[in-house]
Amino acid sequence: MKHPLRTLRTSVAVLAAGTMLVACASSGTKKSGTTGRKPPKVAMATSIGAGEGQLNIIAWAGYAESGQNDPKVDWVTPFTQQTGCKVNVKTGNTSDEMVQLMKTGQYDGVSASGDATLRLIYGGDVAPTNVDLVPNYKTISTFLKNGNWNSVGGQMYGIPHGWGANVLMWDPAKVSGSPDSWSAVFEQGGKYKGKVTAYDSPIYIADAALYLMATKPDLGIKDPYSLTSKQLDAAVALLKQQKSNVSEYWADYTKEVQAFESGTSVVGTAWQVIANTINGGSKTKVQTVVPKEGATGWSDTWMISSKAKHPNCMYKWMDYIVSPSANAQVAEYFGEAPAQTLACKDTSDKTFCDTYHALDAAYAKQIHYWTTPQQQCVDGSGNNCTDYAQWVTKWQQIKG
Amino acid sequence: MGHQVATDQGLISKPPAAPSVRGRRGAVSAFFAPKRKTRLVLLLSAPMLWLVVAYLGSIGVLLTSALWTTDFFTGNVAHTYSIANLHEVYTQPLYRNVAVRTISVALLVTVIDALIAFPMAFYMSKIASPRMRKLLVVAVLTPLWASYLVKAYAWRSLLAPNGPLSWLTGGHTPGYGLTATVITLSYLWLPYMVIPVYAGFERVPRSLFEASADLGAGAGRTVRSVLIPMVFPAIAAGSIFTFSLTLGDYIAVGIVGGKTQLLANVIYGQLVTANNQPLAAALSTVPLVAIVLYLLAMRRTGALENV
Repeated sequence: MKHPLRTLRTSVAVLAAGTMLVACASSGTKKSGTTGRKPPKVAMATSIGAGEGQLNIIAWAGYAESGQNDPKVDWVTPFTQQTGCKVNVKTGNTSDEMVQLMKTGQYDGVSASGDATLRLIYGGDVAPTNVDLVPNYKTISTFLKNGNWNSVGGQMYGIPHGWGANVLMWDPAKVSGSPDSWSAVFEQGGKYKGKVTAYDSPIYIADAALYLMATKPDLGIKDPYSLTSKQLDAAVALLKQQKSNVSEYWADYTKEVQAFESGTSVVGTAWQVIANTINGGSKTKVQTVVPKEGATGWSDTWMISSKAKHPNCMYKWMDYIVSPSANAQVAEYFGEAPAQTLACKDTSDKTFCDTYHALDAAYAKQIHYWTTPQQQCVDGSGNNCTDYAQWVTKWQQIKG
Repeated sequence: MGHQVATDQGLISKPPAAPSVRGRRGAVSAFFAPKRKTRLVLLLSAPMLWLVVAYLGSIGVLLTSALWTTDFFTGNVAHTYSIANLHEVYTQPLYRNVAVRTISVALLVTVIDALIAFPMAFYMSKIASPRMRKLLVVAVLTPLWASYLVKAYAWRSLLAPNGPLSWLTGGHTPGYGLTATVITLSYLWLPYMVIPVYAGFERVPRSLFEASADLGAGAGRTVRSVLIPMVFPAIAAGSIFTFSLTLGDYIAVGIVGGKTQLLANVIYGQLVTANNQPLAAALSTVPLVAIVLYLLAMRRTGALENV
């Protein structure tokens, strides 16, 4: 057994030498942002042929239900019956994970939020979408078309799916009163020490920034995704203070469901679909609200991979999922505003679209949609903003 | 021992007389019988290929990719060489804290497992009846049949605020956090410690205890001067499993660790959240260095000579 260990000793020496070299190095500069960039040229489909029989997609939980979670919730099976495309769904927990999965080239498409879309477009991972091949695109809400998160130079990359706000969720049995402010998870979080939960992603820094935007106007935050170093530090300080009250961070939505059901967490940020899942069970009942400071949120777009092996099935899926009936079902199950205007007639609850302000462009503007922070401030206020890489580092530091 | 095996397979000594040539199989062995070198190459090429290409090759790719850089916006890897990533990993206080925490957890899990495994393996090997011994070996090994995730989630339920442990102790449970992580990992890796130590005790003749007693040593003295030195190599072998398995774990801590993160979580975060494969690769040199140092330390004690 001696020889391998002698080799090991050599490798330690090599590694040690490497470490010493490293100590002399300085960190390199990092490119960031879309300034002066153009997306790589990716061919756009010009026609749709017959389906390939298979479709591999990455979706948010609740976006592609095939009756496995709840036999009554199923819009994938009708799609397969209509088109012959068998759908394989991979649930993505965070936008970052979705970007990572798309880079493997093994998926045909993705339901990307605004903090993933531009990264995918400029990374050459998705193809431009020929909207003429998607008949249901015509009746999609106009304020979702040609947005700065789903198009470049007037060319759409994907089909808008739906949008909504990240809500504050609490367990009324454990939390007194009805919180109407994010302070319930920040400054007032001490009341529920060790029972607060938060979303485990750097993008959650924007939630703290949004709260500071309303409560500390002297910081001068105008947009929670356009933070200067000083503003970012203030948000990070707030999150570090929040950490002492946090039970656990969630990224996997089933973990938050389980945490509320077992009483591990009693208050925190959530998606409406999580509240619906918990209230669908018998263990715990929860309530949700969009607090008075406003909310961060998402605006999702179905995008087709530049390496799609089943492009015809993907185009058929993009048209199907924004068809009035399917889009209404997804919207009601997930708890978000449907992108399809005609979906409002197909919802089982006729007031649904009013509740979610689905057709209200002015309301939609108020939500601060997830977007990728860049050095070139995303609100156009300058080029002294912190980029996502800095957010990632700060988030790891918050978690310690 | 090595020579014995080799002789049996006809690798080193002169080949035996050619077997009676009958059928195609006979023809094949007749062809290879005098060509010792060809035979050796054919015999070893597949495992060597696996070791060099698949195993060392992937480590090589990992270490090389640590030198690449990444475009943060799109997450695409740029193949330009720089040691900025390694510099960051070995200078940032965040990574240092997490590395220290992870290595401490790994050492703690190893010590706890050794303390539990020692008396358990001793009882199994020296005191239990043969029937009982078989039952105990089965009992130790059975949990390995269940999925890792199932066991980790079982601990999540056990440690829950309204779970059975809380009920038993009147609310005095550690809750989710570092303590829960250590408990869960100690549970998960215990069989990897018990089995080598049990095998170690099997090799210790019972007569040694009698000799120790005859010479006037009490129980404590026998444990210290006879048992521990004799099974130490076995404990060391087991500790390599518990230590390295803990270093690489990120799932158990995600399930019962509350808000704590270990090194593998940070690596996963850099790989998946930040899309920064080069920095993740640079970070994974830390456990690599830790395990190499651990092996060297084990070797220094002489524990690896007898494994």
